[in-house]
Amino acid sequence: MTAANLHPSALLFVGAALVLILPLWGRRATILVAPAAAFLIITQLPAGEFWHYSMFGFDLNMLRVDKLSKAFGYVFTINAFGCFLFAQHLKDRYEHIAALCYIGASLGAVFAGDLISLYFFWEIMAITSTFLVLARRTAAAYGAAYRYVMMHIFGGLCLLAGIVLQVEASGSVAFDGFSLQGLPTYLILIGFLINAAAYPFSTWLSDAYPEATVTGGVIMTAYTTKTAVYTLIRGFAGWEVLIAVGCFMAIYGIIYAILENDMRRILAFSIMNQVGFMVCGIGIGTQLAISGAVAHAFCHIIYKALLWMSAGSVLYMTGKSKCTELGGLYKTMPWTMIFGTVGALAISSFPFFSGYTSKPMIIEAGVHEGFFWVWLILEIASAGVFLHAGIKFPYFVFFAKDNGLRPGEPPKHMLAAMALFAFICIFLGVYPQPLYDILPYPVDFHAYTLEHTLNQFQLLMFSALAFFMLLPLLKRTNTISIRIDWVFRKGGKQFYRFCQWAFDGLNDWADRVFVKETPKLLARFFEEPGGNLMKYCYRLWVETSGIDDQQEQVTSRIDSRSRSAAYPVGVGVLLAVVILVLASMLLYLR
Amino acid sequence: MAKKNEKKKELDWFDHPQNIRRLRTGFYIVLVLLVLPDFFLHKHHLFSTVESWPGFYALFGFVSCVAIIVVSKLLGNLLKREEDYYDRR
Repeated sequence: MTAANLHPSALLFVGAALVLILPLWGRRATILVAPAAAFLIITQLPAGEFWHYSMFGFDLNMLRVDKLSKAFGYVFTINAFGCFLFAQHLKDRYEHIAALCYIGASLGAVFAGDLISLYFFWEIMAITSTFLVLARRTAAAYGAAYRYVMMHIFGGLCLLAGIVLQVEASGSVAFDGFSLQGLPTYLILIGFLINAAAYPFSTWLSDAYPEATVTGGVIMTAYTTKTAVYTLIRGFAGWEVLIAVGCFMAIYGIIYAILENDMRRILAFSIMNQVGFMVCGIGIGTQLAISGAVAHAFCHIIYKALLWMSAGSVLYMTGKSKCTELGGLYKTMPWTMIFGTVGALAISSFPFFSGYTSKPMIIEAGVHEGFFWVWLILEIASAGVFLHAGIKFPYFVFFAKDNGLRPGEPPKHMLAAMALFAFICIFLGVYPQPLYDILPYPVDFHAYTLEHTLNQFQLLMFSALAFFMLLPLLKRTNTISIRIDWVFRKGGKQFYRFCQWAFDGLNDWADRVFVKETPKLLARFFEEPGGNLMKYCYRLWVETSGIDDQQEQVTSRIDSRSRSAAYPVGVGVLLAVVILVLASMLLYLR
Repeated sequence: MAKKNEKKKELDWFDHPQNIRRLRTGFYIVLVLLVLPDFFLHKHHLFSTVESWPGFYALFGFVSCVAIIVVSKLLGNLLKREEDYYDRR
């Protein structure tokens, strides 16, 4: 009861407020104590629903505790502790506040007991995380942050529209497994999938994360996509469309990661690939698959943060992040290289590292259901992970061609954070039972059978063989790859240009015809309306009859008569007759 | 002091061709050792008997990686642009 009086995310928000006023040493302590305290509280939380409040006539609650939300709460706080250890050197209050609020909001989203509370935390996450990109203070970061926040506002609006329709249709704000398929749930699903970086809403991730600050990038990798994974598990477990979405993400991430030159962007693409495995597991929806997705999210958060830390250290020490400019760093950054390699082996689900005890659960769940294509695609993707994240990242950054950089190891606290996470990666790889114990369903899964381990070793080592044999094809180039965001980044400009051409052209034409030409014509006609009319009729007559020998004489006669007002009938009378004729014709036609 | 001198000497193990050669030989030996047990083990299969053939997963890993690299390379021709692509008018 006492533990439930404290909301874990409230601690992080309080921490953010303290960072605003405390001096440097106090800030350094606060950013470590806040996540550690939140972790301790989560361990003590009893199952149930707490923090009830009332809004819009609904009974809401902000703290729903069960095994699923607790598992995500644990890993979010552990990861926050490691990330803030990594960020100890940072003096910037503003970045720490954004990070603390962002992590607090994602804890809030995970523990939210209803759709309305979820939505509030969801939007806070989108806004606060944007500041971690803006804090880089480069033109590229500003552009990426703008596109990032626009995409998340769009996702938030989809979610909001879905929630409103859902409440309207069902009369409840409950956030449990959705059973009705229809517009409300589809909109909610799209809102979640945007945050999970599912295609075609994936570009914000590979766009913004690599432009974030050294520490901001490490922090961001964990929360947005994995909160989305949590909400998908909660709401959409067993929706088969997610299997296809997940498989596509797994392959998409690999192909773009192989084409990529920026080391942090390689890692960003591999987030999509890994989240693809989880989304696929959610789509399979059996107990083993859901447990696998949660376990994989847990391991993934840790080893992905470790990889981003090693890449962040390289960026921090060298100021460079392109593979073409890096290389040979093992000479002066051996510890960073070792920790980065541990992360790379863990993400590749190499036996005795953490990915190996979680990812195969998802694949096995697919096999249990008899999904041949899921098995095939996920096994290909497993080989591909080793290719792009397991070998390519460490190889091009720490080995390959020596570009003459001699940066030295990063500060001690960074190494300590990496050591902590490397330890967790190896610990969970060798002894996964503590992880299996916190999963939502009891797990009957044994990763270490001789056959399975041997198969995995074969798969990975021969992938490595393929990598080194085809190394010339993988040579890095100074290029970027266009993605679906081309549609609004280039397409937007083209659309703007098209509109400029079309509407400005229309405007010009209208100006010429209606403002300049027509009044001029009318003015000339009304100077001598009678004479002009006669001349026109005469010309028509000449053209039809073909007699034109007296044309000039006749026209000059008409002119002179008209000028001296020799015609007996006035212009007004003529016009009146014309109008009467027209009017009577119109009446007759009716 | 001795430590300092050691530190000055850079790690350059991978710069020596004979080390790379040793590494490569070791790698090939590991590959062979990984496939060998398949000939003596009775392996299960999930979808097709092909999976229980010796070295199936080795071949699977190799072929899928080659396929991924080739496909990416081909797509790369279509997708790759200069780095300032989005900044140009």
